[in-house]
Amino acid sequence: MVPYLPNTEADIKAMLDKVGLKGLEDLYSDVPAEFLHRGAYELPEALSEQELRDWLQELDAQNTRLKVFVGQGAYDHYTPAVIPYLTQRSEFLTAYTPYQCEISQGTLRYIFEYQSMICALTGLDISNASLYDGPTAAAEAMKMAVACTRKKTRVLLSRTLLPHVVKVVETYARFHGVELGYVPADNGQTSLEALKAELAADDVAGVIVPSLNRYGIVEDHTGFAEAIHAEKGILVEYCDPSALAVVKTPAEWDADIAVGDAQPLGIPLCYGGPYVGFMAVKKDHMRKMPGRIVGQTVDKSGKRAFVLTLQAREQHIKREKATSNICSNESLMALWVTIYLSLMGPEGMKQVNQTSADGAHYLKDALLSTGKFTDVFPGQPFLKEFVLQPKEDAKALQQRLQDAGFFAALPTEEGYVSFCVTEKRSKADVDALVAVVKEG
Amino acid sequence: MSKVLEGLKYSESHEWVKVEGNVAVIGVSDFAQKEMGDITYVDLPEVGDEVVAGEEFGALESVKAASDLFAPVSGEVIEVNEELADTPEKVNEDAYASWIIKVEMSDPSQVDALLDAAAYKTLIGE
Amino acid sequence: MKYYDKLVFELSQKGRVGFSLPVNKFPGSSELPVKVRRASALPLPEVSEPDVVRHYTNLSQMNFGVDTGFYPLGSCTMKYNPKINEEIAALPGFGGLHPLVDDDLVPGAQKVLSDMNQFLSAITGMHAFTFAPCAGAHGELTGLMIMRQYHLNRGDFGRTKVIVPDSAHGTNPASAAVAGLEVVEVKSLENGRIDVEALKPLLDSSVAGIMMTNPNTLGLFETQIKTIAELVHGVGGLLYYDGANMNPLMGVVRPGDMGFDIMHLNLHKTFSTPHGGGGPGSGPVGVAKHLESCLPQIKVSGFHGNFGVILRAYAYILMLGKENLQKVGQYSVLSANYIKESLKDLYKLPIEGVCKHEFVFDGLINDGAHDDVHGATTLDVAKRLLDYGFHAPTIYFPLLFHQALMIEPTETESKETIDAFIEVMRKIAAEAAQDPELLQGAPHNTVISRPDETAAARNPILKYQDTL
Repeated sequence: MVPYLPNTEADIKAMLDKVGLKGLEDLYSDVPAEFLHRGAYELPEALSEQELRDWLQELDAQNTRLKVFVGQGAYDHYTPAVIPYLTQRSEFLTAYTPYQCEISQGTLRYIFEYQSMICALTGLDISNASLYDGPTAAAEAMKMAVACTRKKTRVLLSRTLLPHVVKVVETYARFHGVELGYVPADNGQTSLEALKAELAADDVAGVIVPSLNRYGIVEDHTGFAEAIHAEKGILVEYCDPSALAVVKTPAEWDADIAVGDAQPLGIPLCYGGPYVGFMAVKKDHMRKMPGRIVGQTVDKSGKRAFVLTLQAREQHIKREKATSNICSNESLMALWVTIYLSLMGPEGMKQVNQTSADGAHYLKDALLSTGKFTDVFPGQPFLKEFVLQPKEDAKALQQRLQDAGFFAALPTEEGYVSFCVTEKRSKADVDALVAVVKEG
Repeated sequence: MSKVLEGLKYSESHEWVKVEGNVAVIGVSDFAQKEMGDITYVDLPEVGDEVVAGEEFGALESVKAASDLFAPVSGEVIEVNEELADTPEKVNEDAYASWIIKVEMSDPSQVDALLDAAAYKTLIGE
Repeated sequence: MKYYDKLVFELSQKGRVGFSLPVNKFPGSSELPVKVRRASALPLPEVSEPDVVRHYTNLSQMNFGVDTGFYPLGSCTMKYNPKINEEIAALPGFGGLHPLVDDDLVPGAQKVLSDMNQFLSAITGMHAFTFAPCAGAHGELTGLMIMRQYHLNRGDFGRTKVIVPDSAHGTNPASAAVAGLEVVEVKSLENGRIDVEALKPLLDSSVAGIMMTNPNTLGLFETQIKTIAELVHGVGGLLYYDGANMNPLMGVVRPGDMGFDIMHLNLHKTFSTPHGGGGPGSGPVGVAKHLESCLPQIKVSGFHGNFGVILRAYAYILMLGKENLQKVGQYSVLSANYIKESLKDLYKLPIEGVCKHEFVFDGLINDGAHDDVHGATTLDVAKRLLDYGFHAPTIYFPLLFHQALMIEPTETESKETIDAFIEVMRKIAAEAAQDPELLQGAPHNTVISRPDETAAARNPILKYQDTL
């Protein structure tokens, strides 16, 4: 028996009687007989809870545990112990979308807090209630840029964006009918010269550039907004929101839209998901924004109350004219991030970034000292991630480190190797990694 | 009972037209604003846009619904009512005083195909 | 529930910390050049751990989940979320996995995905699944991209349209628009099903396919599905199945056997993963054999999809096993029909006959309208239900019925709960007939009364900083 199918044979009989049917099969009398599946399904037999536990623990144990020294879109930052205790509260976990606001003030309030915090990090005016992940948020920004500029249909992507972000945007663009252009890099950063050349074609609706790029470099976007706005285009900054505590914000770059993945804000790696995409925009673009938005208001007696608002942008009202098709998003992960940021505060965010950066700089210097690497982009500022050119084969280096228990030196398309250090890695961890590199 | 002003022309999609020379001043009828309920936003076209008779040029939004606005005549948008950006509720307050767009007509004879007040009253069953 | 009016920002005190980070033992202190450094303040709250715990605990107590009470939301399948699944999703071997590690290092995770591929294919009659989509609408989009890709691979560039029933969920046409397809609506008959005669003239070689669900959004089985499939396939189009309504078919009918070529599933509906207040979900997309080659050409999310959600669904299927799959379908349908039969004397049932897992009422039979007093609407009934400790059903969807009230109990509710719901719905109908204003003022017993949504939309206040 499965513990969550509560109705007994007596219950079933009583209900069948009320409905006026003899057996459960009669409930499907309107289904053409040829479609009724006869025989057993090709599924295993039911496991009891304990057997399920045993099996999953076995599978869990089969996954190799490695010390993570790679980022590239998923960062191993520390998760405060408190967070899962709060997100697991059943009133949060098992609640639906807050359409019935009078019994969903919990969800609505944390989303309002989340929106406020995303605006605090990005410096922009308005955030939505979340999107699926960073790459799809970038795709939404691409569509939004076209919607905001109306007559323009081309969107430029920097070559320094993470490859998986580019691939998702390319997929959406291909089907949505948006032409993409690419802005090459110059010494590891998006080239302003090349950008200006592309903008001269006068057909650019928007440009997506990374704040921290695929090489870990913190990009200097001086002049970007000016050049793009002169052509009436939209500047989209793709950011790591954890790093925004210390790097120049999209608002400071005068960007119109900020997107990215909030996974670095304490969300476990979990083999790629669930993460959470974020989007923040300048006030002028509010109506073109995809996703749910929570707003503050009052109830009949003047009590502060929160509701889903500006719903006329969304699919359940505008259908094919909606700003996006998004319905369910990543609400519980937005709660995760909200609690994380509440615990960290401005001081904790500074420390996370400082420790991570110091660790990465320490590692990079130590690796260069081994003589086994050349610096690909010397002098370019970086935070917690960097790339080097190994003298040995990149894949072989990665394998060596893997055999010693490290997930590190991820080969990039160019044949570099990528490293990342977060506050979860100790100095001893870093020294051990370097020792392995030295001995090979 | 909703108000229907004499002297205006009406479309079957509940827009009204006031003809001023070659310009069509366009808004929505009292019936339309009642149907919408509290209007929270008016989606306006831009000055210089072309509108085509029978095609949508904007929208009205309320908390739970959106309703397209259809151009009763073709032409170029020469003015939009910027006030409605901040105070969309003006359309609810006085639908006939709150014009939405002004259009330089490309074919003024299209006005003849629109309904007069009596015919519009019949349409909305009042 | 207790009204708790704080926002976390309001608990902030300068100098308070809620974090525990290791002392930075790395030598040196790296600094970013000023030109790329943040200059503006970071207005995050400064609160202690106990503050945070109390705050979010109090917030949670203003929320209603499936674990709180009955949640008969039509088209949402709010079934019980098994707790063993939470334990499994938290296993550290999965939790600590970076998505870019080589497949052969993570046979456990790979096994979950390959088993799920097999299980979902067996349940639905599809051949292969991709787990990349993060939600149902995301799955719809992915499925439509696959549909277009299939035709493009065949060298057919003229398939620009997709047919969508007028009863469809808003995400269907919205997804079609994102996928670059033109939406052509097909009308429903009075009995709520697709009008096959109206469909015929819409079908030509410009149609990429049809997007539909079965049972449809009214909870009615599309009995003409075989004909519809033949007609659409006949013009070279594909059939897409919106799996939001899969629950009643579990263990009974497979979409693949009905002629569907592509489909998505909502793991956060049919497969018991928690809704989380609006996600995370997972919308895996399954395809028939002839479409499998399209899958690698389409990338819709960063990594492997919402693995943590997939893991929960995996646990659910393993505990159901093949023996219990059919009970899910059958019991969900029985419960829905039971409620329908028990209330159709007081609520308007627009379409008679056996429904599947959900059904629609079109408002009250007697809404209490008299003299100048307007009758109680579906919204009023919904709000009054909140007073009695139930979550309201889905309201004003599908659009075919103006006072639509869509009820889906699911198979995890006991007969006692369902009977209690029926009793309350009867009570509310009686209240409406006597005193519709009581319903119009509802809810009376919740932490807030009906909020001013017009003000929220006209003068949006969307972040704490705006209120200072």
